[in-house]
Amino acid sequence: MTWVNDVVQGILLGGFYGLLACGLALMFGLMRIINLAHGDLAVLGAYLIYLLLQHWHVSPFLGLLPVLPVMLGLGYLLQRTILERSLRSGLLVPLLTTFGLSIVIQNLLQQGFSPDVQSLGASAGGIATASWQITSQLSISAIGALTLGVAVLIFGGLQLYLSRTASGRRMRATAQDPDTAELVGIDSRAVYARATAIAVAIAAIGGMFLAIRSTFYPYSGPTYLIFAFEAVVIGGLGSSLWGTLAGGIVLGVAQTIGGQINPEYPVLAGHLVFLLVLLSPRGGLLNLRRAMA
Amino acid sequence: MSAPAPSTPPGRPRAIARWTRLSTGFTGGFGGLVVALIFVPVAFGANTTQEMTTLLTLVLMAVMWNALAGYGGLVSIGQQAYIGLGAYATVWLANHAVNPYLAMVLATLFCGVVAVPLSFLMLRFRGAQFAIGTWVVAEALAIYVSFDNALGAGSGTSLSQIDSYAPGPREHYTYWLTLAMTAFFIGVLFVLLRSRLGSSLQAIRDDEDAAASVGVRVVAGKRILFLLAATGAGAAGAMTLANTLFIEPNAIFSVNYTAYMIFMVLVGGLGTFEGPIIGAIVLYLIQQWFGNDGVWYLVGLGGAAMAFALLLPRGVWGTLEERTGLRFMPVGYRVGPGPSTASAKESR
Repeated sequence: MTWVNDVVQGILLGGFYGLLACGLALMFGLMRIINLAHGDLAVLGAYLIYLLLQHWHVSPFLGLLPVLPVMLGLGYLLQRTILERSLRSGLLVPLLTTFGLSIVIQNLLQQGFSPDVQSLGASAGGIATASWQITSQLSISAIGALTLGVAVLIFGGLQLYLSRTASGRRMRATAQDPDTAELVGIDSRAVYARATAIAVAIAAIGGMFLAIRSTFYPYSGPTYLIFAFEAVVIGGLGSSLWGTLAGGIVLGVAQTIGGQINPEYPVLAGHLVFLLVLLSPRGGLLNLRRAMA
Repeated sequence: MSAPAPSTPPGRPRAIARWTRLSTGFTGGFGGLVVALIFVPVAFGANTTQEMTTLLTLVLMAVMWNALAGYGGLVSIGQQAYIGLGAYATVWLANHAVNPYLAMVLATLFCGVVAVPLSFLMLRFRGAQFAIGTWVVAEALAIYVSFDNALGAGSGTSLSQIDSYAPGPREHYTYWLTLAMTAFFIGVLFVLLRSRLGSSLQAIRDDEDAAASVGVRVVAGKRILFLLAATGAGAAGAMTLANTLFIEPNAIFSVNYTAYMIFMVLVGGLGTFEGPIIGAIVLYLIQQWFGNDGVWYLVGLGGAAMAFALLLPRGVWGTLEERTGLRFMPVGYRVGPGPSTASAKESR
């Protein structure tokens, strides 16, 4: 029964990883670049909410609302100023510039806030600690269920946006072939900027859940970037959005089961599963997903 | 990177040369510099010797990261894996009654051996996947070490066996070994780049698919660079331990090492032979002036790396080479219109 509990907790944790990975997958699927500052942008979102909550004593969920447009704008600017130029110089340069950006964000956070660990769990009220006891062995935490629910909503919403709206269709066309898309009048640079804005805003939502579920400090970003990236790779490298959520869930389950085997090794177990997926021909889950489709 | 052919009549034979008078002079000068550096501990005090050890370790790190990224097109964010492995393997060997200095050499070789299976895993990737794949390996190693009680777990360990040497001679030995390692790895890279393999490596760097289509064995070339870079980073790790005598997993497996490497190589010139050495000197001077751990110092490093990647992608040295046509180290070829024309353009 503890195994069932581990799997359930892993799935809930996977929703959180999927949420962190969503923007990364969107950008990788569209531009073939990985934003190495993605985790730091999530942590930045958490700090912005933390800053708001110091002045107004509201729930972090309300605090997120004014932060979202800020992060949208930040993502747009990031694309227009740094990533656009980087993309023009090949595939290596975006890695170098976003890695530089990651170091800048971490150390500015360290400068602007204290190096102490923070958490928004207390400000979130009862939801951070509430849980439903299903059986004596199995309980579902409210915040875990909410994270997974929000993740499903965001993935579903993004999927609808990509498949049903004109703007989303332009994005898919650009993802398939930017040059041809340009020929039929799509401004790929505007599409990229919109995608990065969305990706950074979703990262901030992930950052809020990170802040409520656990603690964060200025250098938290890289850990979560790695988890998010592992979810993207396990889920088939951004070839489908739902694959990324599934990848997050696989990672979450691997971590909780690894933690059950040895309490010291949950993260290591996640890394090992990721490396095993790399070893399998063409990445295991991608094939699984195709088989199910 | 190929410049237009010089304006000579098509029928006239062209000379292809590696050595110019300048590059002969500088390669000789480089060898002379290494010989001169041997005498640093004799001529200067213990303080200078230790500082020079730090600088040489930075040079080694930069040159090795550049070998991978500049010539193989592989951006690794996980070279700290080998830095940590080199340092911890040294401690492990020293704990098993191996002479500490011999342990450093063996640990370096060990890093190269470990890199063989890892290369098969990692070289399936390009670009971002490779970057984060190497990072995950480094994180996994750091976690593993931080739970291993025999290696001091999370609180770190020290190379106490080296106390059998008195502090004065010890610093000299450490310096000489670092100098030997740095010169050795720079020499290996120099020979590699001048071999037949060197041409294929530069073809891979410029366009991997095109290189593969004309029969360059892309993966084999990358694997050699991967192994070289891992071994060199392992040596840098062993020398970092020898210089500081104490390590803890979070610090020695820190991604900051990669940040330093990226900074040094981008400032000096990605894919140039001399650039990383310049970059290492720049980083060393910045560390002297702005302290080692200040927050603004790291903001500056990250910002400068971004600025160089965007605005001056060939770095200080690469830009200088491009503007002046000067080559100090003959790792490329020069194509000239006649045997003795000075205004030679070149193709790389």
